[in-house]
Amino acid sequence: MTSLAELEELCRIRIFEEQVRELALEREVIGSVHLCIGQEAIPVGVCAALEPRDALFATYRGHGWALARGVPPEELFAELLGRATGTNGGRGGSAYLSSARHGFYGENSIVAGSAPIAVGAALAAKFDGSGRVSVVCVGDGALNQGAMHEAMNFASAFALPIVFVCENNLYSELTPIAAMVADPELWHRAAAYAMPGVRVDGNDVDAVRAAARDAVQRARSGGGPSLIEAMTERLAGHYIGDVEQYRPAGEVDRAREREPIGRLTSQLVASGVAPQHCEAASQRAAATIERARAAALHAPAADVSLVREHLYA
Amino acid sequence: MPELNYAEAVNAALRRALAEWPETLLYGEDVAKPGGVFGVTRRLYREFGERVFDTPISESAIIGSAVGAAMMGRRPIVEIMWVDFTLVGLDQVINQAANVRYVSQGALTAPLTIRTQQGAVPGSCAQHSQSLEALFAHVPGIRVALPSTPQDAYDVLLSAIACDDPTVVIEARALYNGPRENVELDGPIAAVGGSRHRHRGEDITVLTWGAQTHNVVAAAAELDAEQIGLDVIEAVWLNPFDTPAVLDSVARTGRLMVVHEANVTGGFGAEVLARVAESGISLRSPACRVGLPDLRVPAAPGLSSAVLPSASSVAAAARTIIGSESVPWNAAGQYYDAR
Ligand SMILES: Cc1ncc(C[n+]2csc(CCOP(=O)(O)OP(=O)(O)O)c2C)c(N)n1
Repeated sequence: MTSLAELEELCRIRIFEEQVRELALEREVIGSVHLCIGQEAIPVGVCAALEPRDALFATYRGHGWALARGVPPEELFAELLGRATGTNGGRGGSAYLSSARHGFYGENSIVAGSAPIAVGAALAAKFDGSGRVSVVCVGDGALNQGAMHEAMNFASAFALPIVFVCENNLYSELTPIAAMVADPELWHRAAAYAMPGVRVDGNDVDAVRAAARDAVQRARSGGGPSLIEAMTERLAGHYIGDVEQYRPAGEVDRAREREPIGRLTSQLVASGVAPQHCEAASQRAAATIERARAAALHAPAADVSLVREHLYA
Repeated sequence: MPELNYAEAVNAALRRALAEWPETLLYGEDVAKPGGVFGVTRRLYREFGERVFDTPISESAIIGSAVGAAMMGRRPIVEIMWVDFTLVGLDQVINQAANVRYVSQGALTAPLTIRTQQGAVPGSCAQHSQSLEALFAHVPGIRVALPSTPQDAYDVLLSAIACDDPTVVIEARALYNGPRENVELDGPIAAVGGSRHRHRGEDITVLTWGAQTHNVVAAAAELDAEQIGLDVIEAVWLNPFDTPAVLDSVARTGRLMVVHEANVTGGFGAEVLARVAESGISLRSPACRVGLPDLRVPAAPGLSSAVLPSASSVAAAARTIIGSESVPWNAAGQYYDAR
């Protein structure tokens, strides 16, 4: 099932994020930015299971989700750089952007704030007959929000077509999730809502895609919501500038051995793909991202004269 | 006296409270082991052990548990990382904490302190840039303060913690790493309330608070050279609000401007204008509010700086007021364009 196209997709996200980090250190991108380096397999795997009509909701750590959903990297760079050509004309920024025409209904900077909204998208689907499935991605820490409980119960009570995806990177900002819950197997919570719950290796595109396909298919066919807990690790700080003193020595190095790009590359090579084809996929991704960044840097700044627009109908 | 910046002054106040009052607890997201995302609570966990602890990302439970613990004799100090997140736990502030004393005829009290921070800094998204002080000041039973200097950050927080009412102290993220100044750490703990006279002048009373205080003081210095005298009062507390200080000043200057970073409509500035109007003091020029136009805060730095009040937009508004005896209320062109 694994493919070079998926490898290229992972690389596009990774390289995009590395470039964003550079732009932030050069003070071209201003403000707080949350990278998903190391977590790329989750958006790639989940989005592979989605159709254009489906509605995806993400968190502030959402660049990868936007890219996997098909948002052009040039528009994303432009948004982060405060350019007029950005997905939202510079109003959303890194942490609160959206691109409805790509089925990307937005990041959210309020932890778990998107979950009830995604439930609403599923509720609408029940009435509009669109067959739309709603997918919401949150972090592990978000599962401790009351809104999450309310969203999961509401969705399950009405058998709504939604998939809850928890990207468990083991930290809620600077605090380990294990210290904040009595049961760190978060997928267990699905049982309380009488919905299926699974834990998958979130660094393995295949595993994520398979779980997402099951869940999406169940949702689409009227089987109601489910919860996927995808285990991963971030290879970067919580935000750019986070010095990560809270992470035990060696943890990130060990995580690098399990990260999704190296892992997919080995899988492909083991299945007979020539290593130079993998290398070529990575180079194509780099070229795409480089072109997008250059174009965004040449785009005009967000237009101040329009700052009052789009507040009311 | 030690030299401390704003964040260090908050830290020093927390240390003193934890040391002097065994009933205090300090908790919130990332406050203990990591020492806070802004480093404000650094080392307190090491010094005070289990009375300082990290919590799940659960604002309702953080604030609600503080209400309950306070009713049982603890004195909790909780951190809500950004004021925007108080909205997630607002039921516990407004429906619960604010009612405890009143509906029990004083048999129960909820002496908790919510520390949070607000304001727009370049590049923060619209869900991390709001100024919500008017929301809290609207609610009877909740004390509200917004210090803008290291000394006040220290004093106000201790007053809040010592106070037997639920109190919201809104710090300013933009000021945490500001300049160090001498901070008196051993002084007596003041009762809540009070304002500060930050600049003397005879032409316009300018009432402000929070991070905007620094813009207003800078504007006042600039306007001194033009013989326009701003009488700058900083409301460190919005509840209780020092109405007499404003009225005294307006009685001298005959002009009033309020500057805040919050949206203009329904901002606390409207309340200040109302109190002055109700006092019957007649003004020589229409009163005016400078604030964020009624907008969401855009993330792009070029967009947000175009709409947020600044020293130069404050100075421009003051010149307009002085230049005309009949300015329209939105003369400086930076407020709500009515539809
Ligand atoms: C309601 C709310 N509370 C607190 C925050 C501050 N905050 C931003 S990210 C974060 C950690 C979230 O952890 P998790 O859900 O595990 O997601 P991750 O960042 O690890 O992807 C916190 C506490 C917030 N944005 N919203």
